[in-house]
Parts: sequence; C-alpha cells; structure tokens
Amino acid sequence: MKLWKRFARNRAALVGLAVLIAVIVLALAAPLLYPGGPWRMVQRPFLPPMGVDGLYLGTDTLGRDVAAGIVYGARVSLLVGLVSTLVALCIGVPLGAVAGFYGGWTDEGAMRFTEFFQTIPNFALAIVLVAILQPTLGSITLAIAIVSWPPVARLVRAEVMSLRKREFVDAAHLAGLSRPRILISQVLPNAVSPIIVMASLMVATAILLESSLAFLGLGDPNAMSWGYMIGAARTVIRSAWWLSFFPGIAIIITVLALNLIGEGLNDALNPNLERAGKP
Amino acid sequence: MKLKITTALATALLAQGAFAQEQGGRLDVVVQPEPPSLMLGLVQNGPTQMIAGEIYEGLLRYDTDLNPMPGLAESWEISEDGMSYTFTLHEGVLWHDGEPFTSADVKFSADVFLRETHPRLRASLEYVESIETPDDRTVIFNLSEPFGPFISVFEVGTMPMIPAHIYEGTDFANNDANNTPIGTGAFKFESWERGSFIHLVANEDYYIDDLPHLDEIYYRVIPDAASRAVAFETGEVDVLPGGSVENWDVARLSEGDNACVTSEGWEFFAPHAWMWLNNREGPTSDVRFRQAVMYAMDRQFMVDVVWNGFGKVATGPVSSSTNFYTDDVTQYEYDPDRARELLEEMGYDGAPVRLLPLPYGETWQRWAEAVRQNLQEVGINTEIEATDVAGWNEATAQWDYDIAFTYLYQYGDPALGVSRTYTMDQIERGSPWNNVEGYENPELDEKWAAAAGTADTEERQRLYTEIQQELVDDVPVAWLQELDFPTIYNCNVQNLVTTGIGLNDGLRDAWIEE
Repeated sequence: MKLWKRFARNRAALVGLAVLIAVIVLALAAPLLYPGGPWRMVQRPFLPPMGVDGLYLGTDTLGRDVAAGIVYGARVSLLVGLVSTLVALCIGVPLGAVAGFYGGWTDEGAMRFTEFFQTIPNFALAIVLVAILQPTLGSITLAIAIVSWPPVARLVRAEVMSLRKREFVDAAHLAGLSRPRILISQVLPNAVSPIIVMASLMVATAILLESSLAFLGLGDPNAMSWGYMIGAARTVIRSAWWLSFFPGIAIIITVLALNLIGEGLNDALNPNLERAGKP
Repeated sequence: MKLKITTALATALLAQGAFAQEQGGRLDVVVQPEPPSLMLGLVQNGPTQMIAGEIYEGLLRYDTDLNPMPGLAESWEISEDGMSYTFTLHEGVLWHDGEPFTSADVKFSADVFLRETHPRLRASLEYVESIETPDDRTVIFNLSEPFGPFISVFEVGTMPMIPAHIYEGTDFANNDANNTPIGTGAFKFESWERGSFIHLVANEDYYIDDLPHLDEIYYRVIPDAASRAVAFETGEVDVLPGGSVENWDVARLSEGDNACVTSEGWEFFAPHAWMWLNNREGPTSDVRFRQAVMYAMDRQFMVDVVWNGFGKVATGPVSSSTNFYTDDVTQYEYDPDRARELLEEMGYDGAPVRLLPLPYGETWQRWAEAVRQNLQEVGINTEIEATDVAGWNEATAQWDYDIAFTYLYQYGDPALGVSRTYTMDQIERGSPWNNVEGYENPELDEKWAAAAGTADTEERQRLYTEIQQELVDDVPVAWLQELDFPTIYNCNVQNLVTTGIGLNDGLRDAWIEE
C-alpha cells in the first residue's frame, strides 16, 4: 500500500495509468464493439469524421471504419509492446546478471557481445530482421526484442556489480548458499526496481518501433495497426487528414501514458531519490 | 475489312481537318523512370517505347480500334490465302542523317536485326519464310503457314525500322550509334542530359507535309511522384503519361483548371489484370472454388474505389479493346450467397488460402486487402503474404502460391498476348508470364492453334468466342479488370492521343493551341 501511495503522489502518473487502462479496455472490447473486424468495408470511402451516424472517426481509402482500426490497432500495439519487452527482459536480465555477478572473462565476453548489438542502429537492425524473416506479428515482436535487450543487460550488470559487494551477500555466502543461488535469491530481487521502471519505458519504445515498421510497409499485412494506418494514409494526407491524425493521436497518448507511468514507478520504487523541486 | 480501313482513315482525316492547326511550340512530357537507352531495336521497356516511338517508325500504325493505318507503308495487301503480305512504302522517306529509306532497310530490320534482338517479334517471325524486295518501295513477307495476327506485328515497338546503312555488319549491342538514335520519325534526337531531360526536335524533312506541328519535345525526368504532380500543377510539364502519378492524384489533378484526362492510347497493350489461381493443388484446384472466388468479389467496387473509377470489370480472358473480344460469356456478378453455396457444395473445410499481392505500391496493396475482405466474408480463410518484387517473381514462377495478383499486355490479338496464359505448351516452371496457373485443356489447345493458324477473320472470331465461353466457365484464373492508365494533359494540347499506343507514336499529330 505504501508503494501505491507513493505512486499516487505523482498526479501525472495517475493520469497515465488511467489512460493506459482505458486503452487496454478498448483493446479487449474490440471484438464486442466491432464484431466485423477492422478490415470490413462499411461505407463509402473518405467519409469525414462525424459525417455519418456511428462513424465517429470517418472512413478510410476503402471505406473501412477508422474507429474500428484504432481499437483493433490498440491490440496489436499493446501485444507487440508487452511481448517484445518480456522477451527482451528474458535475454537481457540473465546475461547482465551473470556478467555482473561473475565478472572476469564472463563479464568481458558478455559485454563484448552486447556491444556488438549496440553498435548497430536499433531501427536499421529491426528493418533488416523483419525483412529477412518476412513480416508477421511473431517476427516483428522478435526483431523488436532483439534490438532492445542490450540496455537491459547493461543496467542489470551495473546493479548486480554494486550489489554483489554488499554485506548481505557475504552473509549469504557464509551461510553456505551456492553462488547461483545467491544471485537468484539475494541479489536479483534487490535489482528489480530499476528493471521495472525501464521495462515500462521499453514498452513505449516497442510500440513506437512497431508503428515505424508498419509505417514503412513492414507490418504484418493481416494485422491492423496504427503504424499501418498512418503509412496507408500518408499518400492522401492532403485530402483526408483524419486517416493519419487519429492513429497518430492514439500512438502519442499511449506512449505518453507509458512514460508517465514509468516516471511514477520510479518515484514509488526509489523513495530515497526525492526529485529536485519537490518538497 | 477493306471498308473498315477506309472509314477509319476518313475519320482520322476529318478529325484533323476540323481544326486549324497551329505550327510551332514546345511540349514538356514526363518520363518515368528514365529509360536505359533509346535504341528501340535493342530495348523495349515502357519509357524507351514512349520516346523512341517518335524517333523510329514501323510500317503500320493502329488506331484506337486497332485497325491498321498507313505508317512507313502507304498501302498494303494481303493475299487471299493469307500467305503473303505486300507493302508499298512511302515515297521520299529519309533517315535523320539524310540517307534514303528503302525496302532493303525493311528486310534488314525484320530478317537480320530484330530476329536477333527482339524475342517477342521473333516468335511471330517463325512464320515468315522469306522477305522479298522486288524494288526500292515494295516489300513482300511470305509466310510458311497462315498466321492470323500477322497484320498486328508492324507497330513501331514490335517492328521498328532500323537503318541498315548504320548497323549492317556491326556488333548491334555495342554500336556507337546506339547513343544517337537515327530513325525516320517526325522527331529527331537532339540531346540527353542524364537524370534531367531528353530533347527531341522536329524533323524538317519529314515525308508528310506540315507534320510535325511541334518544334520540340522535352521528356523530363522527375523521380518522385508527388513532384511530378506538382510539376503539372505549376505548368512546368504539359503531359503526365499513364502511371506517372498515383491514382488518387489523377482524380485530384484532373479537376484542375485546363486539365484534360483520357484513357485512350492503351488499346494495343490492353493491360489486363487477374489473379492466378493455382489449378494444381489446394482448394483452388476445384472449379467450384474458383467460381466461388469470382462470385465473392465485388469487382465493380474495386474499379470504383481502389482504382478511383479508372478501369473496367473484365468479363473474361480477352480485353474488350483487343480484337476478337466477346461479352457473350457467363457473367460473374457480385453474389456472395452463390459463392457460399458453391463452397458448401464442394465441402470447403476452411483450409487457409494464401493471397500474394503484386508489390507495385499502395493501390495494389489496397486491392489485395479488398479481395481478402470479400473472400473472408464468404468464409474463405484468406491471409495476405508480404512480398517484394523478387519474392513475387519467385513465388509465381515456381508455382509456390495459392492466389496471386498479376497483369499482362495483350498486344492487340489473342494469339499474341492471351493464348500464352492458357495453353499447355506454355506450362514451364521458371517464368511468371506463361501458363502459371497450370490450366490443362487439350481440346481448347487445338482451338487456340486453329484460330492462330488461319487468316479468315470470321473463322477466328467463331473459334475465339468458343474459347472465351469455355474458359470463363472453367475460371482458370480470376479475371479482375481491364486496367486504365489515364493520360493527364494540358487542354491546350490538341490531337495528343490518336492511336492505339497513344503517346508512343502520336506526338507527330499533336499541336498546341495558343
């Protein structure tokens, strides 16, 4: 409860959380709201927003309901964001933990490997991976995970390195615990807070990456996503602004919400780091 | 036939006579992409044909109904048995370098140069046994057996006349003259600024008085579609040839002041779009499934919405602008219920079907999405595959697809551009342009052969009608629409499109109204 109170002290974070919950609810309710799916051609093309009853956001180049696209797009964005972050954590956390805890050659090897990935620009590598693997939701998620784990590994390594010298680690050692056991049961749990904060920001980045890929035509052609909607609307932006405007807004508020939440979590999990300018 | 030719001529002459033509002026035309070369005998891609068609000429030209008109040949005669074609050449025709054009040039072009360099013409030249040149102005093509579409192969892109005095006995591909093309056309090559423009000027010694009307033509290279649209809006260019701006821009630009649009000038090519349906395996091998696909699609919607109203729903394998077309075939109206019935009857189990779009940009992607939605609505479990040009080529050529988009040219005659998609001798793995769907019908093969092997127009029409009727019932491929590549131009330009290949050879008759 203390945690929630500290989180709630940050009003912006609360707003972010509310927005995110709304997006999640919409995403879950998509099949109920639009049982015909996002690709159905329901009306004449290029109807402006509010033009026809029930089509609040207008229709696109083929007469598909933009609102349905936004709602179904939320599913894709959230799914890709969450899953790719989880996968990135599964790669980055163990690698960083082992590197930081054991040091020496293990550390050297793991960090050179990480740097190898860090030297290639994220987005370029993601494009190459998706192009090679063929764009499907699975391959896009994997590509995003592969380009986003190195910072996790570096963060975890730094945390573990500072923790492994603490007295409670020595105590555990004296109590006869094996080294892997110490790492898992004593060190890592104390490094969780920064990982959580980072993960919430990674979800936001992943959503942006997925949108950028889809914008470039590297999205899953069978999944309606926000990036795809903007990409498809780019060519008609002079005559139909709403086709790119609404998905753009959806991306902005979702990413912003995740960032606010990340900040709130940071405040809540690191109470000792009172931010400047706050009482 | 004779009567038809003369009426067409008369109308053409009348149309020209009705205006007081003005001489002079400069025309700016967009070319996209920049052609690799202007030597039409060696290179036949779209941009090359468009520009080089003004420099070079063929023996015949074709009007928008594909009736032959005089070109370099002022008259022609076909023998009763269809075995020999005699052409009388215009008098006083000069090459751009001043040498006279004679029957020897015709024989050299057809018999030597193009036989070596032009695969599409070579297939038709198989039927030519000998070419005689009794005098400077007479050429006789003797065939080994009758070949119905032969009268359609004299268009400039198919059989351009090549100067013998420059090329005879040389290495054609590496001749220095390839960079400064010499033809007989109404315009002469002047200069080529790579990446910027190609400049042609009027041929003052052209053999028809008063032609051409224009002084010069600039073909402008503008790599970006949006910039091309802007160039037209600002008046920097006068003509946007078909395909040089995106579809939705066609609608927008054509509403501009003094902007005219025409869909004419593509009749000879008659680009015809359809979806390959794999006849070999999977649900698409069942004729009821293929018919269901036809009934499931709202093809009129696709013309109206995906293509902004440009184009026409295809009734079958032959385009309505190609010779020997018939609409007396089964019509597949949009009827999802009928499609569901057919699927029920065949016992379709919901097996997934892959849909491969043609990776030619936004319009084609939207088209695939519309088809997928139509098919899903009748219960066909369709998924679009992501692809690029190389991937599309590979998948269709190797028969690794269920349903795949494509479009092909028809070249005026079913024997030249249609039969290759449906006869068994065209089944060969490795090409995306032949009988890719794997349709086998020996009975129809015989009819195709019989129809090509006679010069009797009525007999050909009878056979092609039967073929079209049977094919449409079998649905070897799912015909979508006759594509339109509208030309947008400044309304001051008169007589721009007067032939079945439009801008490719028509600028000699164009003039600008001040």
